[in-house]
Amino acid sequence: MIPLSHYLVLSAVLFALSVVGVFLNRKNLVIILMAIELLLLAVNINFVAFSHYLGDPAGQVFVFFILTVAAAEAAIGLAILILLFRNRHSINVQDLDQLKG
Amino acid sequence: MTLLSVVFYVLAAVLVGSSAMVISVRNPVKAALFLVLCFFSAACIWITLEAEFLAITLVLVYVGAVMVLFLFVVMMLDIDIVQMREGFTRYLPVGAVIAGIMMVEIALVVLSGRFELDNVARPAGQPADYSNTRELGLLLYTDYVLAFEVAGLILLVAIVAAIALTLRRRPETLYQKPSMQVQVKKSDRLRVVDVPSGTRQGDVE
Repeated sequence: MIPLSHYLVLSAVLFALSVVGVFLNRKNLVIILMAIELLLLAVNINFVAFSHYLGDPAGQVFVFFILTVAAAEAAIGLAILILLFRNRHSINVQDLDQLKG
Repeated sequence: MTLLSVVFYVLAAVLVGSSAMVISVRNPVKAALFLVLCFFSAACIWITLEAEFLAITLVLVYVGAVMVLFLFVVMMLDIDIVQMREGFTRYLPVGAVIAGIMMVEIALVVLSGRFELDNVARPAGQPADYSNTRELGLLLYTDYVLAFEVAGLILLVAIVAAIALTLRRRPETLYQKPSMQVQVKKSDRLRVVDVPSGTRQGDVE
């Protein structure tokens, strides 16, 4: 049978890959948003695996809420992206320095 | 090795491979399509974990709605793919090192045996008449009802924010104002010109 740790390692691999994605795609805000979606998916896999192995459906309720927040975040993120492209004609992260942060 | 383990390792391989493609392909449309594959194989893994409702939700909400939203946005943006790739190799070492460190740290914790994760036996599986949706619904509408309503509020705020951010009024666009059209008077539109006989209208003006 598959031990619980294999699910956790799978989720860790996914998490690390999406962190690399945030680093690599410095010119493309769309792929950074996709990498954030992957990151949340990795966390959700952890929740579902623990929920199944420990027999507690509360973990799945948490996944439900994470999905809700992730959908809201994707909608607002893409809206901001469109606004940026309309004003700057670029989605390069390094061009976005208006806030002088 | 049971059939379930084979299925799990195949799905895990597809998941990791397609997520590697998401972060490395040149074309954002292809990245979005590989992300669809990611979500789909994750949903299959969740079905093997008996989280059927969430697996279906993942396919419906993510593959059906969020990824279509991503694809629409990618197609609306007119971006230069070649220029996108600049700096890709420059950040590769940094990203790989940080991800490697994170990977090793998590693996050390998870595989150390200190939490006795391997002693957590896989449950035997639910009976055939068990309904995952019913179980989640019972929890959601009793213990977590406040959180459920807050989630609805978050979605409402997201709708309002997304519309407010992207709505724009173009001053050059012409559109009708029905109230003005209704209130118009005869004197606003009609002008009676007295044209003497034998002349054309142009001569009078």
